[in-house]
Amino acid sequence: MSEKAALIEPHIPALRRYAFALIREDSAADDLVQDCLERAVARWHLRRGDGDVRAWLFSILHNRFVSQRRETLRRGRHGPLEEAEETAGVPGAQEPAMVHRDLLRAMAALPEEQQAVLLLVGVEDLSYAEAAKAIGVPVGTVMSRLSRARDRLRRLMNGERPALLRRVK
Amino acid sequence: MNGQAPIGEDDLQGYVDGRLTPEREAAVEAYLEAHPEEAGRVRDHAAQRDGLRARLRARHDEPIPARLRVANIEAGLEARRRRRWTGALGRVAAVGLWLFVGAAGGWMANERLSEPAPQAPAGTMADRLAGPAMSAHRVFVAEMRHPVEVDGSQEAHLVQWLSKRLGRPLQVPNLSREGYRLMGGRLLPASQGAAALLMYSDETGRRLTVYLTVMEGDETSFRYVQEGEVGGFYWRGGDFGYAVFAQADRQSLLTVAEVIHEQTSGEGPR
Repeated sequence: MSEKAALIEPHIPALRRYAFALIREDSAADDLVQDCLERAVARWHLRRGDGDVRAWLFSILHNRFVSQRRETLRRGRHGPLEEAEETAGVPGAQEPAMVHRDLLRAMAALPEEQQAVLLLVGVEDLSYAEAAKAIGVPVGTVMSRLSRARDRLRRLMNGERPALLRRVK
Repeated sequence: MNGQAPIGEDDLQGYVDGRLTPEREAAVEAYLEAHPEEAGRVRDHAAQRDGLRARLRARHDEPIPARLRVANIEAGLEARRRRRWTGALGRVAAVGLWLFVGAAGGWMANERLSEPAPQAPAGTMADRLAGPAMSAHRVFVAEMRHPVEVDGSQEAHLVQWLSKRLGRPLQVPNLSREGYRLMGGRLLPASQGAAALLMYSDETGRRLTVYLTVMEGDETSFRYVQEGEVGGFYWRGGDFGYAVFAQADRQSLLTVAEVIHEQTSGEGPR
């Protein structure tokens, strides 16, 4: 009972931060965290004994986020769920030619799966492997999303429109 | 590049995130020196990463809202579970009652119906008192920044506020002879209504909590419960259920429990 509290509580600030960064709305973000914690507490016994609690909590949170999003998409406006391949040839199609001062707002222009990787790795310090497990994709996908997300955010922040800096492996 | 594998995009990202081995990191640094355009890009990525962290720091550092505390999440799940159960039992009981009424009416019309079974208490004392009190103790004893909602220096206000919210006049025990000073208190949700958590600390910084929730019924004896290094006593007396927990030995906890009982059962504060 209280072992749970002792192991879960220290991660709640980070879970709130991640949810807020994805949703950018105070109470909706905490609703998501609450949903995640209820599941974590109810399924505590299903947790693999040796597993890292933090990565486990992030994977629950991410799953809740994705299924909530699916729900809203099903009910409301439709949008691309799958990662839209970046249209490299059409610079500035969706990116206003303004400088985004606020990183968080700029990040909102990225596809959600890129945002997730950017946050889990860059802010929450999950390893590439943990992030891959949390969002259920291979590590290679995490790496390519990360690089794409950072390039795109860079362009948004700089308001610049350079020829794409595609690098060779 | 000293015969190493060529630098790829994964290396550059790993460099931004500080996840490379020292040798690989050195190789990337050498590569970036030779490729200023890439160096600028990597610098921007790192600045972006730091900027995002800085932008989100305030959210991270906020105190955890009460509804996200594990003790409260557990209490919520527990209450939901109980509602489901009593709902199901109610339905079963209703069906049973109709069968009984039919049978009684048909065959034993002049037999008096037996008294309805006494209402089962909603949860045992261990469920309603010891469990939540132990969770609350663990959560808030670990809280350094916001251990209490109302500080002990405003004791009169604390008593008035908690009494109002619990719906009964409550008394804040004075444990100074046992070496514990009142830090303050907070209000918590309980399975029925609200609960108050009072926190004390001794001169070594050891914290002790007293949990109170309205619980009518006969006075009970002290019951002891221990989990790891935390132990405590709980009992019912007057209008309240009480639970006192600390990382202390059983004998000194018993002394504290007796003092609280003495002060709250009409003998008045010392």
